[in-house]
Amino acid sequence: MPKVTVDGELIEVPDGATVLQACELAGKEIPRFCYHERLSIAGNCRMCLVEVKPGPPKPQASCALPATEGQEIRTDSPMVKTAREGVMEFLLINHPLDCPICDQGGECDLQDQSVAYGRGGSRYHENKRAVTEKHMGPLIKTVMTRCIHCTRCVRFSEEIAGVDEIGALYRGENMQITTYLEQAAKHELSANVIDLCPVGALTSRPYAFEARPWELKKTLSIDVSDAVGANIRLDSRGREVMRALPRTNDDVNEEWLSDKGRYMVDGLTRRRLDKVWIRRNGKLAEASWDEAFKAIAKAKPGASIAAIAGDLVDCETMFAAKKLVNALGSDMLEGRQTGMSYPTGNLAAVNFNSTFAGIETADAILIVGSNVRWEAPLVNVRLRKAAKRGAKVFVVGPHWETTFPAEFLGDDAAVLHDLPGHVTEALARAERPAVIVGGAGLAKGVLDAALALPVQRDGWNGFNVLHMAASRMGGLMLGYAQKGGIADIAKAAPKVVLALGADEVDWSAFGDSFKVYIGHHGDKGAHAADVILPAAAFSEKDGTYVNTEGRVQFAEKAVFAPGDAREDWTILRALADALGVNVGFDSFAELQSAMIAEVPVLGVEGLADYGKLPKAGKGKASGAIAYPIKDFYLTNPIARASVTMQQCSAELLHGDEVREAAE
Amino acid sequence: MSLADKDRIFTNLYGFQDWGLKAAQHRGDWDDTRSLMARGQDAIIDEIKASGLRGRGGAGFPTGMKWSFMPKGSKDGRPSFLVINADESEPGSCKDREIIRHDPHKLIEGALIAGFAMRARAAYIYIRGEFIREAETLFKARDEAYAAGLLGKNAAGSGYDFDVFVHRGAGAYICGEETAMIESLEGKKGQPRLKPPFPAGAGLYGCPTTVNNVESIAVVPTILRRGASWFSSFGRENNKGTKLFQISGHVNRPCVVEEAMSIPFGELIEKHCGGIRGGRDNLLAVIPGGSSVPLVPADQIWDAPMDFDGLKEVGSGLGTAAAIVMDKSTDVVRAISRISYFYKHESCGQCTPCREGVGWMWRVMERLRTGDAHVDEIDMLQQVTKQVEGHTICALGDAAAWPIQGLIKHFRPELERRIAEAGNMAEAAE
Repeated sequence: MPKVTVDGELIEVPDGATVLQACELAGKEIPRFCYHERLSIAGNCRMCLVEVKPGPPKPQASCALPATEGQEIRTDSPMVKTAREGVMEFLLINHPLDCPICDQGGECDLQDQSVAYGRGGSRYHENKRAVTEKHMGPLIKTVMTRCIHCTRCVRFSEEIAGVDEIGALYRGENMQITTYLEQAAKHELSANVIDLCPVGALTSRPYAFEARPWELKKTLSIDVSDAVGANIRLDSRGREVMRALPRTNDDVNEEWLSDKGRYMVDGLTRRRLDKVWIRRNGKLAEASWDEAFKAIAKAKPGASIAAIAGDLVDCETMFAAKKLVNALGSDMLEGRQTGMSYPTGNLAAVNFNSTFAGIETADAILIVGSNVRWEAPLVNVRLRKAAKRGAKVFVVGPHWETTFPAEFLGDDAAVLHDLPGHVTEALARAERPAVIVGGAGLAKGVLDAALALPVQRDGWNGFNVLHMAASRMGGLMLGYAQKGGIADIAKAAPKVVLALGADEVDWSAFGDSFKVYIGHHGDKGAHAADVILPAAAFSEKDGTYVNTEGRVQFAEKAVFAPGDAREDWTILRALADALGVNVGFDSFAELQSAMIAEVPVLGVEGLADYGKLPKAGKGKASGAIAYPIKDFYLTNPIARASVTMQQCSAELLHGDEVREAAE
Repeated sequence: MSLADKDRIFTNLYGFQDWGLKAAQHRGDWDDTRSLMARGQDAIIDEIKASGLRGRGGAGFPTGMKWSFMPKGSKDGRPSFLVINADESEPGSCKDREIIRHDPHKLIEGALIAGFAMRARAAYIYIRGEFIREAETLFKARDEAYAAGLLGKNAAGSGYDFDVFVHRGAGAYICGEETAMIESLEGKKGQPRLKPPFPAGAGLYGCPTTVNNVESIAVVPTILRRGASWFSSFGRENNKGTKLFQISGHVNRPCVVEEAMSIPFGELIEKHCGGIRGGRDNLLAVIPGGSSVPLVPADQIWDAPMDFDGLKEVGSGLGTAAAIVMDKSTDVVRAISRISYFYKHESCGQCTPCREGVGWMWRVMERLRTGDAHVDEIDMLQQVTKQVEGHTICALGDAAAWPIQGLIKHFRPELERRIAEAGNMAEAAE
C-alpha cells in the first residue's frame, strides 16, 4: 500500500492504483476523456496530466502512471493548469461550435470540462476540420466532426462486446472513427457506445432532437426486456418516456444495457390499450369499466378461475391476482406461458446461483441450451470476461456466434448424460466450475442431468438457470407454477382465465374459457381476449421484480398510464368487488405489506436465499435443443410495438435478406 | 584527427565491392562468430558497455545498458526478442539504407550476437516500406546466412538457436518509434504505446523486447573483434566511437561518411563534402541531426563538435547525425514549414496535442512563410509548440515542435520582416 502526497495531503492508496485513482481518493477531480474504469487505459486524450515528482520535468498522464511510494503529486500547480488549458484548446480547435444543435448538449464532458479547465477563448484562426458522417445502424447517430478520438467506442467494442466492429482509419488529424466498411454496428450492446462517447459524435438516433437533459424527469427503474433486471433510469417528459439509460450496478449490469432494454421504450406509446373492450358477436367493441366487470361477473367463475402471468409483470400484480384467485377458491396460477413444467419445489434449482458477478470468476463453464447473447446479453459480457481470464466454455445446443472461444458439443440434450471426457475433466478439475441451463435446455428436461454435474465447491455454487422473463423468478416465488405447467390449467378448462399481460400463450387450448386480458399492449393476448382491461406498463407503476439470480429489485413509476388504463392492482381490486370477494387490501401499500408478509424476501432489495440445491432426480434429458428466441429485437409486446426495435430487426437481422432480394 | 581507413567499420559503405556473403566474409564479417559468442552473454554486454556505444537511432541511450535491462532468464516461459529498427524515415537520414544495401551481413551478424547477448529467441528487422531494393538485398542476405548455417538452429556453430525475420513496413514514419514499431509488427495500427511498461518488460507480443537501431547493431561485431578500447579511442568522453554522418543540402559533395565522433562540423564539411556551396561565408544554418532537431545558425555550428553533448550545447542534438546544410539561398521559413508539413502528415493521430497541434503549427508556419500573419502570432506559435512539447505519448510531438522553436529562436527578425513587408504591401494596395 504505497503512500503518496496529493497537493500536500498524504494518503495511502491500494496496490496497483494509478496516479489518477490516487488523486480521486484524495478528493481531487481529474478531468479526463479517454479514461474509463471499465475499459483498458489508452492515455491518448492527455487531459488528465498532473505533475509528479520524482519524474521527468514535464506533466504526466495520471491515468496510465502507477502510483508508487513517496510520489509527490500536484494537481493544482501552474504547470498542470497550463497543460490542461493547452490540451483543452487543442481539443476544441477542430471541434465544431454547434452545441445548440447537439444532442449531447447539457450532458457533454467536453462542454463541462472546457468550462472548468479551458481558457476563455481560442487563438485558432484557421479552418476547422470536417469529417463525413459514418453509418452505424439504426441506433447510433454519428456526427464525426465532433469526435475527439478518445477511442472509448473502439475499446468498448473490442474489449466488452467482443466484436471488432469499430476502429480508427487514417492517421494524424485525418484520423476517423468508423465501423468496418461503414456497416451497422450489429451486436446487442452496440448503443452503449453512445453513453461512453464523451462528446456528441455518437448520439442516439431514435432520440435525436427529442429532448434536452434538463427538461427530463429521472426515475429509477428496472429493465424488463430480459431476466437480468438491468438497473435503468427512465427519462420522461410529460406523459412520455423519452429514453432509458443504464444505471451503475456492479452486481447486475455494471453500467451497460442491452439495445432492447434501451430502445424498446418508444413502444410504450404505440399499440397501447387505453380503453376497455368487450367481445360482442366475435368482435371487440369499446365498453365501459362497469360493463366489463358485469360481463366478467356474469361468467360466474366461482372456483373455476385461473391466472396466467406474462413475462413483464411485477410481483405486486401477480400477488394481487393470486389473492383474487385464492379468494374465489382456486389456486390455478401459472407464469411459464410456453408450456414448460420443470419442478419448482426448490427454487435454488431454478436460480442463477453463482450470481452474475460470480460467473466472471468461473474457470469452466458448460452452457446447456442457451443462446446467451440473445437471452441475456449482459450475462454474455460476464462470460466473455470469464473466458478472457482463462475459463473454458462448452455449449450444448445449436451454434451461435459467441464472443469468446467456446466448444459446441452438439444439439442433442442427451449428451449431458454422456459428456465427452475432456469436458467432465475440465469441470472436475476446475476450482469454480459452472453450468448454465437455459430455457431451451429446461424444455428438454435437462434439469436433473445438470443438477448431477459436479459444480459445487466450498463457498461456490456453480449451478445456474438462466431465465428470459423478467417476471419468472418473482412468479415462481409467488406460486405461479402448476405441476404440469400450463397444460394442467388448460386441462381443467377454467370458466375464467385472467391473462396478466400474457402474450406468449397458445390461447387455442383455452377455447371455452372466458378470457380476461389485463395488459398494456394490443398483442397476441389481447387478440384472443373476451374482455380487455387496459393496464399499466412497467414504466407506469411501482413494482418489485426478481431477476434470474433471485435479486429482488424495486422499480418506480415514471409516468401515468394512457387513457383509461389503470395500474394493474387497482383493476384486480375492483374486479374482486365485482366478483363479490375480499382480497384484503385497499391500497398499494397494503398490497405490498400483505405480499411481504407472505413472502418476506420480496421486501428486501438484494439476493433472495433459496437454500441448498436439491439432489438430482432421475429425469432424462433428450431431444434436439432449439432456442426459443427467433428475433432478439421482438421478444415482448413492448418491443414488438416499438418502431426502433422493428427497424433493428429489419435492418440488423433481416437486412441481408432484403438486400439479396433487391439484387 | 580524422578517421584512418584501417579504423573504418563499414568497409563497403559505398558498394565498391559485392554485398554477398562471400565478399562480406572476405572483408572479415562472420569471422569466427562462434568464438565471439563463446565469450558469454555478460561478457559481451560488459564489452559493449565499456566501448561507450550510445544508441545510433537518435536518442543516444547507452546500448550496453539497454541490453542489460533484458531478463537474464525467462521465469514464465516467455521468450525475449530483439527488434531492429530499419524504418529509417527521418528526413536527412540515409545511413541505415547504405548499411543494408552494401553491408547487410554486418547487420545480420550483429543481430545474432546482440540477440545472443540479450538472450533473445529471434530478431525482427523492421525495414521501411519504401526501401524496396534494400529489402530485397536484406532478404537475400538473410537467406544466404541461413543456407550457410549462420542462422537458425545452432547458429554459426555456437550451439545457440536464433532466427532472424525481416518484416517490411508500410511507409509510416511513426513506425520508427519503438513501441509503434512493436504494434505494427503485431499487425496493429502503428501507434506508440504508453510507457511504462517498457519494451524490456513487455514488448513484442507481450514479451521482453529490445529495439535497437541498425547502426547500433551493425557495429557490434567489429567492436567485439577489435575491442572496446579501440572503439572508445575515438571521440570525446561520453561520446565515443565512430559514426556514420550523412551530409545533405548545400555542400559541394553531399555524402554518407564514417568519421570519428566529435569531429568539428567545419572539418567534416571541408574534408568530406568539399566545403559549403559558395564558401563558408555563404552558410546560413544547419540542421545537424535530422529534421527533428532545432537548426543551428552558421556562426554557432562551425566549430561545434558533432556529438551528443556538443550539439546539445548549441541548443540542438546529434539525432541520427544527418546534417542538413542550408546556404544563404535558402528560404529558411519555407524549409521549416515543409518540415512541419512532414510531421503533420506523419502524426499518428492517437494523442490530442500532436494530432491537433501539429496541423495548427503547420498552418501558422505557412502564413508566416508569406508574412500573412500578425507579429503576435509568432509568440502564439511558440506557445503552441510548448503546449505540444512534452505533453504527448511519444517523441513525435517534441520532434515537430523543436524545428519551429529553433526557427523562432534564431530567425525571429526574418519572420518579423516578412510580416512587415506583407503588411506594407497590403497597405500599398489599399
